[in-house]
Order: sequence, then structure tokens, then C-alpha cells
Amino acid sequence: MGRIYLDNNATTPVRPEVAEAIMGMLKGCYGNPSTLYCIGQEAHTALERARDIMAGIIGADRDEIIFTSGGTESDNLAVFGVARAQRKKGNHIITTKIEHHAVLNPCKALEKEGWEVTYLPVDGQGLVDPDAVGGAITEKTVLISVMSANNEVGTIQPIAEIGKIAKSRKITFHSDAVQSFGKMPTRVDELGVDLLSTSAHKIYGPKGVGFLYVRKGTKIMPVLYGGHQERSLRPGTENVPGIVGFGRAAELLDSEREGEEARLTSMRDRLWAGIKERVPHVRLHGHPTKRLAGTLNIAFEFVEGESLILGLDEYEICVASGSACTSDVLEPSHVLSAMGIPPEGAHGTLRISLGRENTDSDVDKLLEVLPKTVENLRSFSPLYKDFLRQQKAAGGGR
Amino acid sequence: MAYSEKVMDHFRHPRNVGEIENPDGVGKVGNPTCGDIMELYIKVEDEVIVDAKFQTFGCGAAIATSSMVTEMVKGKKIDEALTISNAMVAEALGGLPSQKMHCSVLAEEALRGAIDDYHKRKG
Repeated sequence: MGRIYLDNNATTPVRPEVAEAIMGMLKGCYGNPSTLYCIGQEAHTALERARDIMAGIIGADRDEIIFTSGGTESDNLAVFGVARAQRKKGNHIITTKIEHHAVLNPCKALEKEGWEVTYLPVDGQGLVDPDAVGGAITEKTVLISVMSANNEVGTIQPIAEIGKIAKSRKITFHSDAVQSFGKMPTRVDELGVDLLSTSAHKIYGPKGVGFLYVRKGTKIMPVLYGGHQERSLRPGTENVPGIVGFGRAAELLDSEREGEEARLTSMRDRLWAGIKERVPHVRLHGHPTKRLAGTLNIAFEFVEGESLILGLDEYEICVASGSACTSDVLEPSHVLSAMGIPPEGAHGTLRISLGRENTDSDVDKLLEVLPKTVENLRSFSPLYKDFLRQQKAAGGGR
Repeated sequence: MAYSEKVMDHFRHPRNVGEIENPDGVGKVGNPTCGDIMELYIKVEDEVIVDAKFQTFGCGAAIATSSMVTEMVKGKKIDEALTISNAMVAEALGGLPSQKMHCSVLAEEALRGAIDDYHKRKG
């Protein structure tokens, strides 16, 4: 029996065409793209081709694409870069409680330097209210940062609506699109974003590469200083093999996006319907429809998430509890807390995220294995025992 | 973070799962908010723990430490059982990741709770 990987929001397997493109660069194209002789120019051409691919996908100009080392660096560059460049205008940032830590922690760091940050709440389905964004704006606001889709529950935010508000109030608008880029239509003009973070390893590309889209005219300063690369906003010799692999991954996914989105949505919905049918006391977290195609975040009452993961690992099924980035942390997820889910409801949560290598037989396998894994853990859960007794007592009293 | 083989063995095949009818002592620790609940039941004859069972809601380490502590106390005199510390439970499991040591503390507290309860019931 082969391994079943269902944690594609954490990272994705590099697809063969991408590995081939990277290997081609590693083996045959070692030139520094900043040099003038032929092998340097070959690398330069490959780099610029990747830039063109990205610009085409998001509807930007090629010089608005700044390659970075990934989502975290893109988010840091957006937050710190805007904060530094626009400090004279004000010291207020608006973001949300459900952002990735790559946005939240830079904001927290700025708070220690005297910045004020508004962390907007979300509703029970994980949605940010655009009117609340508008209402939080003050004359000191220099940046609004709202993620496109949440990594844990998959809820897709009303980015275009927030973009309109930001534009009308002339405030720089950043969106962390690490989970949505390549998976959903991502056109910067339709979204109204000035800055957009992406990452290669979420779309079957390599780890350690991403880009920040920077709209022309956006006031932003570098975080790193060095050479002239990436319009001096991100100096350092470019990770050419990684960027070329990222370009190939984005190009391939973009060409098959619509079909893949429909396929993942249908597999995801079949999986949830099957779980609901086979396992009692389950709850779906996130928005019922405005949700990433492959993402299911489910609470299994009376059991704890880590033991569920270990139980499924026995069948070589890989899923996440809460969020992979925080699985070493014992506190319940900040996203679920912000959605008003109490800690006891957040502990037994699994995140299942499907990807292009998953098939219907993976869904069947999970539907076969998951019910017995949950049942086994419930069989010695004191919470389940108490629940059954209460139910019995309530029934007997009638 | 990785668990030892011993922890995984006790997670996969937890020993002494369940409840004891008419127990001589019960220890209940933890709460659903922190993500761990342990219930430890003991049966005592002539100051010797003749049986121990548990029910646990929690992570892999919580289940493994519950299982291990029941194994360690069975056949022990009450006085001896009181000398079992969380470090001994963790050691018997081949060690625990540092952020999971609190699970072994919970196991020790559940055991002490069950013994206290036994003393109370005895009067």
C-alpha cells in the first residue's frame, strides 16, 4: 500500500516537469544572471522568462515581480518595507486575527517599535468584514494586509471589496496569497492589491522560492541591502534554478487550473459527505462555499488531533492537525480561536488538504480508515464516556 | 518532534484501557481546554494495587504515559506506587519530547489522585 499524502496546504510534492527544469538549470546553466557573457545571459533569459510567466498569470508588468525566498520573506518585505517607507505618513497597520504568522509576527515586532496594529476579527466561518476594514482606517493607516485564503480552514476573503476600500482611501494594500496563487484566479487589478505574496512549494514547485508582486508606485523600502538585483528591493544573486522551477510549476498549474479546481472541489465534497455519514459528532470549520478547493478542516469531538494524526499515520495517511506550522505548539490554533471555536472544540481538529496527486481511491481509503481510527480513540476517551452517560440520563428522564 | 518506539508501541497498543467497576480509587486530572484528560482507576487488596485501568483524551504522549503508568503500578504496594515520579514514567517510555513532559506529569498526578481517593474511601 502506498503512502497517501493529504497535507497539500503544508507543502506539495514537486512535479516531475518542475524537477526536470530545475535539474536542467543546475546541470547546464550556472551563470550569474547579472553577468554579460553567454552563460550569464542564458541564466538571465531563464530568469526573465519565469518573471514573464508570473506577470502573465497575475496580470502585472514583469518589473513588478520581485523574486524572494518564499512566502515568509515576501510577507516580511511587504510589512516592514511599507512600514519603513511610509513611517512619516503614519504608524498604523490593519490586518486580521487569522493571518499567517509570517504577517502577524512582523506586525507584533512593529508594535514593539511604537506601531499600532488593528487585528480585525472574523466571523464564525472565518470571513473578514470589508466594512470593518473601512471602519478601522485612521489618518495614520499606511498598510492593510489581509490574506487571500486561509491556510487552516481555507476560507476565501473578499479581497476585491477590501481592495476598493483601500484604493479609495489611498492606503497600500497587501494580500498574502500563498494558499490561493495558482489555485484560484489571481489578477492583481481585479483584486485591487498593491502587494501580493506567493510561494512555489504550495504549487508543486521547490521550497525556498516565491515572489512579492509590487505595484508600480508603491512606497516600499528593502529589508535586505546589497546589490541591484530585483530592482534593489531584494538584493542577492537570484536563486535561478528555484525561480525557473517556480515558473514552470506556475505555468503548468495555470494551464490546468479550472479543471483541477473542479476536480478537487468534487473530491473534497465527497470526502466530507462520506465522513459525515460514517462518523457521528463531526463539525466542518470554515466557509461552506467560499473555501479553497482542496481544504477540509474538521473537528472530531471527544478525540484529540495529534492522536488522530498518529492513528492515521499507521495507515500511511498524512494529514495535519490545526496548522502544520504550529504542530509543535500546544495552544489551540489562533485561526480557530478567532472564529470563536472554544479550545476543547479546536483540539480534535484535522486539516485535510487535497492536491493534484490525490485520486478518488485516496478518498475511499480515508473513508475506510478514518471512522475506525476515530472510533478506537473514542472508545477510551473519558469525554465520550461522559457524553454517552449524559445522553443516557437525558433519555431515561423522558 | 519525534516519539520513541516505546511511546508509539504504547500509543498503538495501549495497555489496561477501560474502567474498573467498583474501583477502590479514581484519579481524574486535566481538562478539555488544555487538551488532555486522564482518568486512572485502581483496585487495591491488602495495600497492593491488583489492577489499574485508564481512560484518556489527549495526544499520543498522553495516551502512552497513561498506559505506561498503569503497567508500572500493577502489583505494587501503595507505598511503592507513591514513589513513581513523572520522570520515571517518561524514562520507562524511552524519553519524551520536552514539550510533552507535561503528559508524564499528568500521569503522575492521576496516579496520586487515585491513591488519595483510595485513602479517603478507606477513611
